[in-house]
Amino acid sequence: MNDDSQPAAVRARSVVKSFGSEDTQVTVLKGIDLDIYLGELLLLVGESGGGKTTLLSAIAGILDIDDGQIDVLGVPLSNLPSSKRTRFRGQTMGFIYQQFNLLPALTAAENVAVPLLIQKIGRAEALRRARVMLNRVGLGDRMEFLPKNLSGGQQQRVAIARALVNEPRLLICDEPTAALDGPNGQKIMKLLREVGRAPDRCVIVVTHDSRIFHFGDRMANLTDGRIVNIEHIPQEGTA
Amino acid sequence: MNYVALKMLFGDRAKYLMLLCGLTFAVMLIVQQGSIFWGLMMWSQANISNLNVPIWVTDPGIAQVDEVKPIASTAVDRVRSVDGVEWAVPLYRGLLRARLANGEYHQITLTGLESATLIGRPAEVLEGRFEDILQPDAVALDQWAVERMGGPTVVTVGTIFELNDKLARVVAIAKTQKSFTNVPVVYTTYERAIRYVPRERRTLSYVLAKARDGVPVADVIQRIRAETGLGAFTEEDFGFKTIMWVLKNTGIGINFGTTILLGFIVGMAIAGQTFYLFTIENLKQFGALKAMGASTFTLARMILLQAFTVGLTGYGVGVGLATAFGFLTARGGNLPFAETWQLLLLVLVALLTICLVSASVSILKLVRLEPAIVFR
Repeated sequence: MNDDSQPAAVRARSVVKSFGSEDTQVTVLKGIDLDIYLGELLLLVGESGGGKTTLLSAIAGILDIDDGQIDVLGVPLSNLPSSKRTRFRGQTMGFIYQQFNLLPALTAAENVAVPLLIQKIGRAEALRRARVMLNRVGLGDRMEFLPKNLSGGQQQRVAIARALVNEPRLLICDEPTAALDGPNGQKIMKLLREVGRAPDRCVIVVTHDSRIFHFGDRMANLTDGRIVNIEHIPQEGTA
Repeated sequence: MNYVALKMLFGDRAKYLMLLCGLTFAVMLIVQQGSIFWGLMMWSQANISNLNVPIWVTDPGIAQVDEVKPIASTAVDRVRSVDGVEWAVPLYRGLLRARLANGEYHQITLTGLESATLIGRPAEVLEGRFEDILQPDAVALDQWAVERMGGPTVVTVGTIFELNDKLARVVAIAKTQKSFTNVPVVYTTYERAIRYVPRERRTLSYVLAKARDGVPVADVIQRIRAETGLGAFTEEDFGFKTIMWVLKNTGIGINFGTTILLGFIVGMAIAGQTFYLFTIENLKQFGALKAMGASTFTLARMILLQAFTVGLTGYGVGVGLATAFGFLTARGGNLPFAETWQLLLLVLVALLTICLVSASVSILKLVRLEPAIVFR
């Protein structure tokens, strides 16, 4: 899947991040080195409080790091000013959250259209593309539903469609199955692998859920602020 | 993103209505109380505005219109002789008691107009002919006199009553603005008015005058003051002087001022706090938008759009309700209610300012917002 000779889509070197100050300071990331390649689905696993979400936030550029360097698609993200980082994030990244974070007042189609509206694409075109994406995630018949009228699994599908609608190069997923039951979690991961994974895109999934480990290409174990091991996951038919 | 901002605002109907109710209540309270206050102030100078003359010449020490300080009868000719004065006429005004045929007494304000011109007469006559006050013993009443003296079954055109044991016959009923004291007004000629009242050395209450066309009123007033030693005011200045006297010498200013100020502070605090809470409750949604690439500027614009949309809607509904209140309760002039454009503008500016302030506080919160909030 990944080829160590090709440039990494995400390249983290000696990343350090602490919270608090002086006596109460806690170092959450203690020198992370990690490469993530285009075309792969990387699972980031580890115990609670180990720093997974912090690393995810740092890679996404929504959390400043204290030391080290993070390059995303060749861009030194940690050196960019906040406004440029925000624009870069909008153009290249998609997000899927544990709690979906759909806007409750917007219909499914409108929610999916939001990233395009942020990119200043006209409302009619944004909605058209949103409907195409909703069809791809199997929600063609729920486009005008409000989130409160959708099941948890359906809401996460909407979130996936929203994350993919502007064709991001980096898809960041924080515990995407945590709020779902087992079968729905499997369906969502299957969908992520089918629709989200692409040769020119990498997918990072933070998870605790061992039942979905087989959907990943590699799995990085982050414990106590350090990557303790990275293993390749054999795919069906290749083991 | 304007579309998203408005959908977020209107989407949660309960929150939106709560926000709208807070703003509407604030606006309604301020406009209603402000209009009643200003209406009262208009009433306090009704005895000036009802006569509708440009210049009032008075005793130099006059404090307000209802505190008559008689001046020498020669004042009329002295004012007429001032350069720039087109005309000057005498006016009598004084309190008297009227005795009705049924034996009831009522205090009235007797107003004596110059008989040749009837300058200062009410503009609108409801019954009879105002000119008929030139007939012997004839008087005209305002509609409030009819109301205070027992209603149209007791007092109407043709009714005879006594003023200081002298006969008075009602020939007309005129429409006027209610006065602060609501004492019935009886109109007659100046000459007859001074026959009705007990003998006094000085009977002239005011001289009413007008500047010649093309001559600045302010110049004429200065000349009248300098050449006659009397007080002279424009209608507006005399009205303002009367309002200031009322504010200074009665509790109305402090009472209403406190009510309006409290209404303003409470209303605006409700408005500001409600909007701030609305934004805080949506913080995670804004965090999600920020994570998706929405700039702080875009989010600030969304918040401002939400603030001004709900602010202007609340303003419209609040002003509408206050106006409806005024229309229903002050119909016919029974309640003081003067909704002026200045008041509406002031409330609009205040409301938009408070919307701007609360939006700015929310925006500051957004600027500091870590989009990582969405991962929690």
